[in-house]
Amino acid sequence: MRHRLALQIGPVAFRIGSAWRSPLDALARLYAGYPAPADGLCDFTVRLEPERPWRRFLRPSVAIRGDYVLPDAAPLALAHGLLAAEMGMNLQMALGQRTWLLLHAATVEKDGRAIVMTGESGAGKSTLAALLGERGWRLMGDEFALLDLASGALLPFPRAISLKNGAIGVMEAEAAADRFGPRLAGTPKGDIRHLRPNAEAIARMGEGARPALILFPRFGSAAAVRGVGQAEAFMRLTQASTNYVALGRRGFDALANLVRGVPALAIDYPDTETAVGLIADFRRELAA
Amino acid sequence: MTGARSLVRALRDPGSVGACDWNGLVSAARAEQLIGSLAFRMEGRKLPPRIEAIFAAARRDAAHVRTRTLWEAEMCRRALAPLGIPVVLMKGTAFHAAGLEASLGRSVGDLDILVPRESLPAVESALLDAGWERLKQAGGYDDVYYRRWMHELPPLIHKDRDRMIDVHHTILPLTARPRPDAAALIEGSVALDNGLRVLAPADMIVHAAAHLFADGDLAGGLRNLWDIDRLLREFDSVDFRRTLEERARLHQLAAPVGRALRLARRLYGTPVAAGRLTVADRLFEARLLARNSWGQERGKLLRFAFYLRGHLLRMPPLMLARHLWTKAAMR
Amino acid sequence: MAGSRYIADPESAVTKVALDGLAVLFHEPSGMTHIVASPAPEILDALQQGPADAAELLRRLHARFDFEGDEAIHARLGELEAAGLVRRA
Repeated sequence: MRHRLALQIGPVAFRIGSAWRSPLDALARLYAGYPAPADGLCDFTVRLEPERPWRRFLRPSVAIRGDYVLPDAAPLALAHGLLAAEMGMNLQMALGQRTWLLLHAATVEKDGRAIVMTGESGAGKSTLAALLGERGWRLMGDEFALLDLASGALLPFPRAISLKNGAIGVMEAEAAADRFGPRLAGTPKGDIRHLRPNAEAIARMGEGARPALILFPRFGSAAAVRGVGQAEAFMRLTQASTNYVALGRRGFDALANLVRGVPALAIDYPDTETAVGLIADFRRELAA
Repeated sequence: MTGARSLVRALRDPGSVGACDWNGLVSAARAEQLIGSLAFRMEGRKLPPRIEAIFAAARRDAAHVRTRTLWEAEMCRRALAPLGIPVVLMKGTAFHAAGLEASLGRSVGDLDILVPRESLPAVESALLDAGWERLKQAGGYDDVYYRRWMHELPPLIHKDRDRMIDVHHTILPLTARPRPDAAALIEGSVALDNGLRVLAPADMIVHAAAHLFADGDLAGGLRNLWDIDRLLREFDSVDFRRTLEERARLHQLAAPVGRALRLARRLYGTPVAAGRLTVADRLFEARLLARNSWGQERGKLLRFAFYLRGHLLRMPPLMLARHLWTKAAMR
Repeated sequence: MAGSRYIADPESAVTKVALDGLAVLFHEPSGMTHIVASPAPEILDALQQGPADAAELLRRLHARFDFEGDEAIHARLGELEAAGLVRRA
């Protein structure tokens, strides 16, 4: 491949190849300060390729490929090449990761205790995690939580946070301008802007944490909190995992231990600040 | 040596892999569905920690693949047992069920079974009763085409387990020129403890060769050829070679089997007697090795030629034209 | 109809974890996870004594548990059979 970049994010190393230079330039700027994989050895390969040979130059169209692919995935415009690279990394994790139990969740940590926030897309997990990351919490990840099967610890996977539409403005007011990627307008999900986790999150990307709380946040209604039973939590977490089934008995044991050892709450929240406040309350209760 | 070539060498002779483009080897293996097989070949060797972790994960994953594969076969057995017909497992599922060398690290997608042609309606009905569903609308053009000319029912998918089953009544499309003897395949099949059956070893190799060369455009060819290498090594003997020759002739597949032996020896060093490589063999070899160290397929013209060949082999040119015309009109 | 007899896998093949009133089962032969409510765990338990048809199964369930739900026994057995947790002898 003409252009290439390698990145270490938490315990996972990616190499990304691209037929065009611009997506990798943008990716390198977004991930400034991240280490390169030791010895250049990588866990996964992502490829940004023209959908058809002539689409390299003519209305350039970026197909997302790599070790693991979604056969019918729609290509993206070259202007959204950075998004293609991010989606490519997501795809490798979602389809190829077999070492840790993967939960589609955001994770933040304080004083060694981690809160795992999981729910459907649009539930606002990324925005919540991003905001908490600026309010004294360490961001461990906004897309995937990695559960160690043997120890039950959560491992960091601090990718750039994907902010959509309204959330972009919220975070622009909170974080320094040089941590943002370009504003990508008109993507299939609206406007997107990526935010690099802060220096602490990057520096501590090798440091795990014990899960202390499982949260099912839902954006859009008056503040409410309710307990979630263990069976319900177990079921919802299997639905939030792309690799639970592939991990067999070890995945079952790890998830059963998680829901038995860690409380689960569902919260409704009308705006992100309210959620941040609720979470601060939980933390005080947990620490007590 | 990169991409597919490095993969072939690593499979053939794991001890020969020293400092190499590990990323390229892993990507090529994943692209060729051979990461599991490679992981078992490399087991116990001194490797960079990250690469050892990748292979260890692949071996663990292979164990789960085996479990789910055997389970799918078992659920099929439960659904079809009341019919009292022979149910012959094929391809990867058969390797796992029979505990063959070829099953080590072998990935499996669909469940493939072979049943007598006259039992097809009863088989489909029993599977539908047991929770499998049709993928496409029954009765459409594709469906009619499929049932009339193909060697299998249109695939069914299980609604809870989300796994596909392909029910074959012979091993090549009825429109293809070689006409394998389906009845002989079933008659020669071997019973397992649970009552399911697998093809006789020689027929397994004939099937793999048919699948590799006579059906389709060679995508996944390196894995098919690895299957053949593993099967040959496990069963090879003087008697076996004679049996293999006889069965190949019986099924009108002597040419593909011959080519398979030549290419297996050429690429994987399989210790079999095989003639010299023909010019056509070298084209096949090039097609099989057309993958680089980023996992990309190379050689567009060659690939297109094989794609066309795949279609031509499935049906005579006039039928093909009519079929493509109908498909285009449907769009 | 003369009752089909049902068989369950031995206890060693299933890992069971109780989570607030429900049972989460990991079934080793299939690698699948099932979340089940009563009377499924009780039925699987009762079948440990050996294959049984519906009538015999109900006898065992009444003997060991405070069992209600006779009329639904065939439906429950059908569900367990579809899930692969029991099979017909």
